[in-house]
Amino acid sequence: MQFMLLFSRQGKLRLQKWYVPQADKEKKKITRELVQTVLARKPKMCSFLEWRDLKVVYKRYASLYFCCAIEDQDNELITLEIIHRYVELLDKYFGSVCELDIIFNFEKAYFILDEFLLGGEAQETSKKNVLKAIEQADLLQESETTFASSCVKLIL
Amino acid sequence: MPAVSKGDGMRGLAVFISDIRNCKSKEAEIKRINKELANIRSKFKGDKALDGYSKKKYVCKLLFIFLLGHDIDFGHMEAVNLLSSNKYTEKQIGYLFISVLVNSNSELIRLINNAIKNDLSSRNPTFMCLALHCIANVGSREMAEAFAGEIPRILVAGDTMDSVKQSAALCLLRLYKASPDLVLMGEWTSRVVHLLNDQHMGVVTAAISLITCLSSKNPDEFKTCVSLAVSRLSRIVSSASTDLQDYTYYFVPAPWLSCKLLRLLQCYPPPEDGAVKGRLVECLETILNKAQEPPKSKKVQHSNAKNAILFEAISLIIHYDSEPNLLVRACNQLGQFLQHRETNLRYLALESMCTLASSEFSHEAVKTHIETVINALKTERDVSVRQRAADLLYAMCDRSNAKQIVAEMLSYLETADYSIREEMVLKVAILAEKYAVDYSWYVDTILNLIRIAGDYVSEEVWYRVIQIVINRDDVQGYAAKTVFEALQAPACHENMVKVGGYILGEFGNLIAGDPRSSPLVQFNLLHSKFHLCSVPTRALLLSAYIKFINLFPETKATIQEVLRSDSQIRNSDVELQQRAVEYLKLSSIASTDVLATVLEEMPPFPERESSILAKLKKKKGPGAVSVELEDGKERGELNGGADRGGEAAIAASNASTPSPSSDLLGLRSAAPVGGPAPSAGSLLVDVFSEAGPAASSTRVNDDGFLSALHAPEAPDSRLAEGPGDADSAPPSAASEDPAPPLPESDELLNKFVCKNNGVLFENQLLQIGIKSEYRQNLGRMYLFYGNKTSVQFVSFTTTVSCPGELQSQLNVQTKPVEPLVEGGAQVQQVINIECLTDFVDAPLLNIKFRYGGALQNITLKLPVTINKFFQPTEMAAADFFQRWKQLSQPQQEAQKIFKASHGMDTEVLKAKLLGLGTALLENVDPNPENYVCAGVIQTKIQQVGCLLRLEPNAQAQPGEQMYRLTLRSSKDTVSQRVCDLLAEQF
Repeated sequence: MQFMLLFSRQGKLRLQKWYVPQADKEKKKITRELVQTVLARKPKMCSFLEWRDLKVVYKRYASLYFCCAIEDQDNELITLEIIHRYVELLDKYFGSVCELDIIFNFEKAYFILDEFLLGGEAQETSKKNVLKAIEQADLLQESETTFASSCVKLIL
Repeated sequence: MPAVSKGDGMRGLAVFISDIRNCKSKEAEIKRINKELANIRSKFKGDKALDGYSKKKYVCKLLFIFLLGHDIDFGHMEAVNLLSSNKYTEKQIGYLFISVLVNSNSELIRLINNAIKNDLSSRNPTFMCLALHCIANVGSREMAEAFAGEIPRILVAGDTMDSVKQSAALCLLRLYKASPDLVLMGEWTSRVVHLLNDQHMGVVTAAISLITCLSSKNPDEFKTCVSLAVSRLSRIVSSASTDLQDYTYYFVPAPWLSCKLLRLLQCYPPPEDGAVKGRLVECLETILNKAQEPPKSKKVQHSNAKNAILFEAISLIIHYDSEPNLLVRACNQLGQFLQHRETNLRYLALESMCTLASSEFSHEAVKTHIETVINALKTERDVSVRQRAADLLYAMCDRSNAKQIVAEMLSYLETADYSIREEMVLKVAILAEKYAVDYSWYVDTILNLIRIAGDYVSEEVWYRVIQIVINRDDVQGYAAKTVFEALQAPACHENMVKVGGYILGEFGNLIAGDPRSSPLVQFNLLHSKFHLCSVPTRALLLSAYIKFINLFPETKATIQEVLRSDSQIRNSDVELQQRAVEYLKLSSIASTDVLATVLEEMPPFPERESSILAKLKKKKGPGAVSVELEDGKERGELNGGADRGGEAAIAASNASTPSPSSDLLGLRSAAPVGGPAPSAGSLLVDVFSEAGPAASSTRVNDDGFLSALHAPEAPDSRLAEGPGDADSAPPSAASEDPAPPLPESDELLNKFVCKNNGVLFENQLLQIGIKSEYRQNLGRMYLFYGNKTSVQFVSFTTTVSCPGELQSQLNVQTKPVEPLVEGGAQVQQVINIECLTDFVDAPLLNIKFRYGGALQNITLKLPVTINKFFQPTEMAAADFFQRWKQLSQPQQEAQKIFKASHGMDTEVLKAKLLGLGTALLENVDPNPENYVCAGVIQTKIQQVGCLLRLEPNAQAQPGEQMYRLTLRSSKDTVSQRVCDLLAEQF
């Protein structure tokens, strides 16, 4: 996979992950073009399209579009299920995920993605294992926050 | 606050995000961001040391601002500081910032690498994973340099945690993709391959991506992975849907891993080990069988995962291309999908069938779906699906269905989406050319293409139709007729005007006999389009006009009038003005002979790969940008090649003809003034007739090819005409056997040693003209048989034979000619010649026909001589003499001393030597009077280098003048033959 983009129906980019190096300018150009192309498509159309020399696989979940660019020899259907599994992971983690969760906790969305996909390839496809890794990190975080807030209280 | 922030870390961040979301305008948002940036900057610069939490919060805000699309130019240092924090969340945010925002700031990279190094050696698996994720996300060369040695160790170490192994494998993959030279597996290879056997499915899933990439680059080193992959696949495929627990996805066991295993196998040929292969075939069959089973779930995820594996299996079957049974099953399966209600499956089935169509085992099976595919092209609502259908039609096209497919594609073009029109046009053009049985269909198709989608017809397409019409004389009359008709349309596309201008300029004479397409009608038709055209088209039309003046002297006055008008001769465009001025001058001062020479019909184009095909390949190639670049390049190239029409006059006047001296065809020099006589009953192609394309026996009238072939040598010899003169024809053998060669046949042959075009033979009945061209070891000869009488020749046959050993030296192919040659008509025959090895004798041409009941039987020598296959070789004096010395054995040299039978005019001599086919080398011989030449004779089995020296004694008295001719070549027979041939020329 070359990159993954999450954007809203209004064309606002919510998450971007690049697995091959691109200049910032090029990233913006690609994003603009692709968001336009995908938003212009009608609901019943197929989830795949040829774009430049890549294959684009996208799917809409509520107000969010998930869009992946893969290479010629990559498998479209399995990519579609990569997207779905990622949505499931977000859903499980946030509990009925919605666009706002991803806006306000964008860093979490990135962390979950990193546990699931690395370098553009599936790292761990078991839902349980991915969430275990994330929750472990949250446990660490929560103990830290409790510690920090108690410190604040003490000072006050 | 709208959303619950899970983990509940940074309240300030949530407030900020909320503020941004509440901004009513872009300006307000920018204002808010600038305020925040100023705030963060002051915090970072402030005297008070920030605690980890605040640093994390501000870095996270910066990241958010960056992801909104704004530039961030500070905060990197703070992010790097976070990396060395002991707190997981601070470290995590630091790494995220670096992953998203790193630039190749060398100072920073060193610090980052330091932090990564510490985490990698921390033995804390969560920290190690963070560090590995960062390397995989950044993937820079500096990181590869620092860590490419360390990561393989982590990957295969026995005590590494599974999750760390997974990250290490993909981290290594990313580094390998970016800097393959730095990632050396070496001693680790076998242990990496054996990760395929790991009991943790996650480790296998991650490792296989790495192994696939490495295998595709070094298949031999990794080939042991094949049997491991097959057994892993077999275990998954045969497992029950619940066996793999969390790796089962909607009742499909390990779909991602299955796809990757099948993908890995595509890096290799079918397994050689019978047992492994058997097991694999079994897997593939099971996968195909499962596709027929009822689904275990109605969820689309279930069918997607299942079909993902199926498509990957089909890719592998196609990749092997060796199991007819599986290929046909795959094709049937895809055929089912073609009608599936899921658009995605229809799309993928069309795509996959495209590759299947190119396999000989399944091509026929694919063809059976033609109706469904055509239907998809017509009815699919989604343009990307229609595009796939068009691709598939293109792929499944062959001679048997070309007409249907081209017709469907043409009719689809009328309503096709703009985005795919150009590609469709290219495809139609390629198919029409590739599968043309008769070229009139080809011409029709391309002209339709221009009519329907003129704007999308690129230059390559119309260049190509012209190349083909020029090269195929059997279609020229038809093409002229068809473009003439097409131009009748009140609004026709400019590309049509271009094609029309070019073709009528070359072949308008073939339809000029019909009063409805008389020269003036043709001219007026073209000129009526002139004012609507762009400058390049106008330029082309001007060239067509000057060609008209030559073809039809009766149009001269009208055309000169046009050229002389202010709008031409004072045109503000330099190119148009120059053409108008030059053409006007040319037509006023040049004699008919000169005009005819300059404006001679365009010579055939060298056969080459269709430029359209090249264009399509490029269109499908990488990146839109590069396509445009290459496009430009190609256009330049074509201007030199195909657009010769525009520059015809200029190019022709620079006479690249091999024999510039006296032997240019007196093209149309005998054209009657005042137009074709109305009584010329033997009219050309009837413009408005519905009859099929002109056959090879294009009939010509008086100003056609016959006179075109009138060589200056025999300007008066065609006076005799009519049946009464038949008696004075040379006696011809009454027998049906080919007559022996005419006594003068050697002499006739010698006339063509140094030239390629001219009249080979002529008597009172028949005239035989020749045009020929040679390239490498191949030649093509056009023979024009003109009936000089007004009575038809019947049973007209021609035979070309290679007597004796010539049979094994030359490969000569001809097509039979029409047995009937009308009075005054001319038939043409094309002869293809391939030189297999060097030869001495000439092929024999026997012509038999009955004229007024009497059998005529004439045998001539076809002027195919060894020197025709010369490639000129330029070389410097030193080279020449070195090679000359190398060829010093007596049998390599042939020499003749002979009397000059013509004058010793330098220019004539040079022209003849050039006509021989060799390169004339200047400043090589120390005696400037002498001539030296070099060339290589190209035959199929060998090349024979040849050097030549001709020494005249020009000072001698006329009548005493002698030449000494010396030939040296690596083959004695060649030296002798070339010497003999050339000695007759002076």
